[in-house]
Amino acid sequence: MTGAPVIRAEGFPPGIENFNYRDWIPALPDHFLTTITFSVFLAVGILICFFLVSYRNPQLVPTKKQWIAESIYGFVRDGIARDIVGPEGIRFAPYFTTLFCFIALTNVFAIVPFIQISPNAHIAFPAVLGILSWLIYNVVGIRKHGLWGYVKMNSVPSGTPIALYPIIIPIEFVSNLILRPITLSVRLFANMFAGHMILLVFILGGVALIEAGGWFMAASPLAFIMAIVMTFFEFFIQLLQAYVFVLLTAVYVQGSLAEEH
Amino acid sequence: MTGSLSVIGFGLSAIGGAIGVGLIFAAWISATARQPESAGLTRPMMFVGAALAEALALFGLLLAFIYSGG
Repeated sequence: MTGAPVIRAEGFPPGIENFNYRDWIPALPDHFLTTITFSVFLAVGILICFFLVSYRNPQLVPTKKQWIAESIYGFVRDGIARDIVGPEGIRFAPYFTTLFCFIALTNVFAIVPFIQISPNAHIAFPAVLGILSWLIYNVVGIRKHGLWGYVKMNSVPSGTPIALYPIIIPIEFVSNLILRPITLSVRLFANMFAGHMILLVFILGGVALIEAGGWFMAASPLAFIMAIVMTFFEFFIQLLQAYVFVLLTAVYVQGSLAEEH
Repeated sequence: MTGSLSVIGFGLSAIGGAIGVGLIFAAWISATARQPESAGLTRPMMFVGAALAEALALFGLLLAFIYSGG
C-alpha cells in the first residue's frame, strides 16, 4: 500500500530523486495521491478525530485521552502562548496548538514504518504553514498599529541615529516583513530533508556495504546501528522543530502586538 | 577528484551556525548553573536563538543540493 520512491535503494549516495514518490493511482493527475499527500490527509484526520473523541464528553476528573489532549493544549497555551505573547496571546492558543500538533505529527511520519517520509520534507507544505504565520502576525500587527505605524515599527528600531536610516530601513524591512516566512518554512523543510537524507545515507550505506562483500560486510552492522541511533535523534529533532516553529510564530505575533517604544 | 564544490560551501556555512549554537547552549548552561530556577524562563529563548543561528547553516545545506547538479 505504500508508494515506494521511483528509484528505490539503487545508487548508494542518495539524492533528491529519493524524495519523488510514485502515484498510487496513475489515472489521477500527477502527484494527486502519493504517500506524501496521503500522510497529510492522514495527519489531519488523526488530529480531528483525536481531539473530537477526547473532548466529546469532558469529565471533571479527566480520562486518559482527555488528559493527553489537555496536556498538549496546556503546554502550548501556558508554555508558548502565555509566556511568549503575554495574556492577550491566549486567544492564539488554539491555532498554536493545531499548528504544533500538525507539524509534530507530520514530522513524526518520517520515522513511522511504511510511511517513512515526512510531508514537510517537501518545501510546499512548510511554505503554506510559513505563509499562514506570516499572514497572522501581519494582520494582527496592522490591526493594532495601523498599516503605516506597523511598517514604521518594523522598519525603524527605536533609537537609531538618522545617519544610519538608509542602511537600517531596508535591512529591517526585508528581514522583518519579507524573509520571516521564508526562514520559518526553510528551517522546517531543511531539517526534515536532512533528517530523511541522513537515515537514507546510513541505511543505504549499510546495504551497499553488504553488497560490497568481503571485509566491508563486517562494517555494515555499524551503519545499521547508527541508523537506529539516528532514528531516535530524528524523533527528538522532529518534536523540537515543531516546537521551534510554533515558538517563532509566537515571537513574531508578540513583536506585532508590542507597544511602540 | 570528483564531487560538488557547493558541498564545500555547505561546510563553510556550517561553521557559523555551529559556533552560534555552541555559544547559545554554553550561555544557557552557565545561566542555569548560576541560577537553576531561571531554567524554565530562559529555555524558550535558548530554542529561539538556536533556531535562528541554525538557519544559515540549513540554507547552506539547501544550496548545496540546489547547485549539486551544475
